[in-house]
Amino acid sequence: MAKQTALYAIHQDSNAKIVDFGGWDMPLHYGSQIDEHHHVRQKAGMFDVSHMTTVDIEGPQAKEFLRHLLANDINKLAVPGKALYSGMLNETGGVIDDLITYYRGENSYRMVVNASTYEKDMVWLNKQIANFDASLVHREGLTTLAVQGPEARQAAMAAMSTTMAEKSAELGPFFCADVDGWFIARTGYTGEDGFEITLPDSAAEAYWNALLEQGVAPCGLGCRDTLRLEAGMNLYGSDMDESISPLEANMGWTVDLKDEQRDFIGRSAIEAEKAAGVKNKLVGLVLEGKGVLRSHQKVIIPGVGEGEITSGSFSPTLKVGIAMARVPTATADSALVEVRNKQLPVRVIKASFVRNGKQVF
Amino acid sequence: MSDIPSELKYSKEHEWVRIDDDGKAIVGITDHAQELLGDMVYVELPEVGDNVATEDETGVVESVKAASDIYAPVSGEIIEVNEELADEPENINSEPYESGWLYKLDLANEADLDELLTADEYAELIADE
Repeated sequence: MAKQTALYAIHQDSNAKIVDFGGWDMPLHYGSQIDEHHHVRQKAGMFDVSHMTTVDIEGPQAKEFLRHLLANDINKLAVPGKALYSGMLNETGGVIDDLITYYRGENSYRMVVNASTYEKDMVWLNKQIANFDASLVHREGLTTLAVQGPEARQAAMAAMSTTMAEKSAELGPFFCADVDGWFIARTGYTGEDGFEITLPDSAAEAYWNALLEQGVAPCGLGCRDTLRLEAGMNLYGSDMDESISPLEANMGWTVDLKDEQRDFIGRSAIEAEKAAGVKNKLVGLVLEGKGVLRSHQKVIIPGVGEGEITSGSFSPTLKVGIAMARVPTATADSALVEVRNKQLPVRVIKASFVRNGKQVF
Repeated sequence: MSDIPSELKYSKEHEWVRIDDDGKAIVGITDHAQELLGDMVYVELPEVGDNVATEDETGVVESVKAASDIYAPVSGEIIEVNEELADEPENINSEPYESGWLYKLDLANEADLDELLTADEYAELIADE
């Protein structure tokens, strides 16, 4: 039996097409995935992402634990209220999960990990924290709403209490605040401005309806995927997994080797990989002609080698086929993709297509 | 509930066939099929002049979600394709039985039509899915 979020009945009443995602019954779309996509790029949309796992880490050694656990250095969070994106690696340098850690206060952190990786993440976290004076609590009974789009912050604040709205207005990108039991973060997975708001389940329905009144459109996981792909953001399980190093997943910037004393899990494997030379890279592909790119299609780089599409779709904003692909490091600016026995030319770019509503390549 | 016009014939692969006034067969995908696939973004159609047999691959429709092969529901020669779909693939979503048609065939064998499902039979098929 799949799990359901506190807003499940509302999704059903809103004619959502419900699909299983990581063991949860989640809305794929409420009619048209493309209309929802445009709504987020042009105005504001809201996503129920309560299936994601919220884990609170507290205790005198919470920071030491996270410095050991994560490839990025939690020490970068100099002041409470700041967030950090990182991979959580295994000993061989593969990515167990990617996640955001929020610094809430002294000895107090919150991590949001993927739904599809929940069970193995909890096993790993519990194993690793055993050596530290810190505790780990999987928080339940919480709803998380991502409100995203150029008008999202305005709408989200208009639908909140005045105190919350005032605190939210002060948040810079990648900052967060705890206000009256709500956790408000200026983060997202769409390439647009907005908030991810975690609130008690009991308050979820009223806030959802208040957002609706502000003109925020319900959006499903379908457009969440095309939005994140356009923004060049990785999807765990597609663009990287435990067999892939962050250096081959466009996550090199999240691997912090500066502090030589910091012994994080996977460090020696990453250092060895760097020394030997990183073999592959994750790039963006733009189809030159009409069509759609799909994951697992073969990428051919004449004179260099072959690669594979890790995420592909049709970009509703740019109206072309786009993809992320893992290709040999020597790949330059063009390649071919095998689509139904034809080889279609693609441009190879940095994996980022649309940010804040605009084409970025 | 999907729209299943009673005057059309249907294949198990979710294509429909309409016989027009001059006896040619017009082919498209059903309302049920477009609902399953979601927003269409790309269509690949056969060439005019192609001779196709029943169940031959005659193109692909792609939504944001997935690509789906189109099979010829009857055999014959392709005499016209819906070129408007190149720029307006969403017509398949909005009007699967009208502006969303895919191609027109000169039937090789009228008996092929008898192998297809009636509207009632097709309704039963999708109810069982």
